[in-house]
Amino acid sequence: MIVDPGALALAAVFLIPFALAGLALLNVGLVRSRNATHIMMSSLCVIGVAALAYFVCGFSWQGVTGAPGYALRLGGKPWEWIAAQPLFLRGVDWNGSPTSLVAWMQMLSVALAAMIPVGAAGERWRLGAMCASSALFAGFLYPVFAHWVWSGGWLAALGVNYGLGHGFVDAGGSSTIQTMGGLTALVMLWLVGPRRGKYTSDGMPMAIPGHNAVFVLFGCLLLWVGWLGLNVAGAILFSGVDPRRAALIAVNTTLGAGAAALATVVVTRVRFGRPDASLSANGWVAGLAAGSGACAFVPPASAVLIGLVAGLLVPVAIENLELRLGMDDPAGAISVHAVGGLWGIIAVGIFGRFTAPLANTAEFFAAPSSSGQWIAQLIGIATLLGLVLPVSYGVQWLAGRFVPHRVAPEGERQGLDLYELGAGAYPEFMTHTDEFLQR
Amino acid sequence: MKIVGLFLLLAGWLLVVMAVMLLHTETSRALFVLVAMGVEVLGLVLLFRAHPLARGGRP
Repeated sequence: MIVDPGALALAAVFLIPFALAGLALLNVGLVRSRNATHIMMSSLCVIGVAALAYFVCGFSWQGVTGAPGYALRLGGKPWEWIAAQPLFLRGVDWNGSPTSLVAWMQMLSVALAAMIPVGAAGERWRLGAMCASSALFAGFLYPVFAHWVWSGGWLAALGVNYGLGHGFVDAGGSSTIQTMGGLTALVMLWLVGPRRGKYTSDGMPMAIPGHNAVFVLFGCLLLWVGWLGLNVAGAILFSGVDPRRAALIAVNTTLGAGAAALATVVVTRVRFGRPDASLSANGWVAGLAAGSGACAFVPPASAVLIGLVAGLLVPVAIENLELRLGMDDPAGAISVHAVGGLWGIIAVGIFGRFTAPLANTAEFFAAPSSSGQWIAQLIGIATLLGLVLPVSYGVQWLAGRFVPHRVAPEGERQGLDLYELGAGAYPEFMTHTDEFLQR
Repeated sequence: MKIVGLFLLLAGWLLVVMAVMLLHTETSRALFVLVAMGVEVLGLVLLFRAHPLARGGRP
């Protein structure tokens, strides 16, 4: 069967907006009803701001492989750190070029990554501050790291320059989209703090359930559709994967999500006596996030294993972040996207099988792990934690000096729907209770 | 404590870059990278401890 890579990538990219819709719906379902409209409105604004920031300068700093860029020479080797494309997407050939597909896909990817902190810091993060934060993320933080990974930057070149496997590999965005978004969520939680009433005066967390589990679970289904597009398009456009592997990528994506959700179902059934719907939904998304990195380079059995581990990690991470570290994350974004994404990056080094693009199935399954690949993956993780996280912290902290992140106490009491938007999502229902009061 | 945590994170990353540039065998690079990530973990621990917001910080 002959598959046109361009046509398949184009079709796949058009599925990605489902992931944005799914994440918005999931975030809405996980917050209280008094903040539902605010979260959905924030999602729309964040998508708009991220797309605009990426249009203005993001793409010019991310670029594509082989395009002009700035490189430092360290130890006699080039360390390309930022692209030098024209601003406002002026260097893109819009007549069906691969660059135009990359620009379209990245505009969606950066919006997806920028939406991740919305769920984490929801219910107390001001809309204006959210937009400012998203502009900085999509205009500067994301493009620079994505350049290192996907556009021939120094992480991608670790294999060529230093013999570390194939360099840092991430087919579908476990690092660039998921971990970047998850770490930004962590930064925002540090900066805005927990919701009022979440913790008692002696530090015990109170349960604040989301208002609509059906939204959450339907959001998961939409995310799955979007993720199929994300992984297929990313693998073809950024990793040069043969489009005939599209079915394998789709199967791996589905198996990973399913295995992760089932693992979380079992864990919560054992821990609490019943499967927990919102935690299981988080397990599903963590399976998607973790499976992205290796989706094109592993056989289905490995994808199941990657998903199982992600599903086991999520409830443990959520519980420890909330109980021990005081992280009030209504959407579980840090556990799902940062922890899941980091596991996905490691999984590439452990399970990845790298063959020539046209290798047959037998060669693919028999291929050994690439020597040094796991070190390249660790270097990517070290860069995310050691450079991206502190820089992101500094940038978002500075933004908070000009546009305060946290809403006034009265806004939290009223709910952000009324306080910032003037109308609630469910005006015919009583939505005000006193569970926010300090106990 | 926040500043120290952030600097430890950056120091860990610089150690990783040094390991990539200056070392040549896979074993030595791996060891150095793992040690550098240990430094980063220390920085993360400090950052988490520096943000005790949940412990009654916001009544």
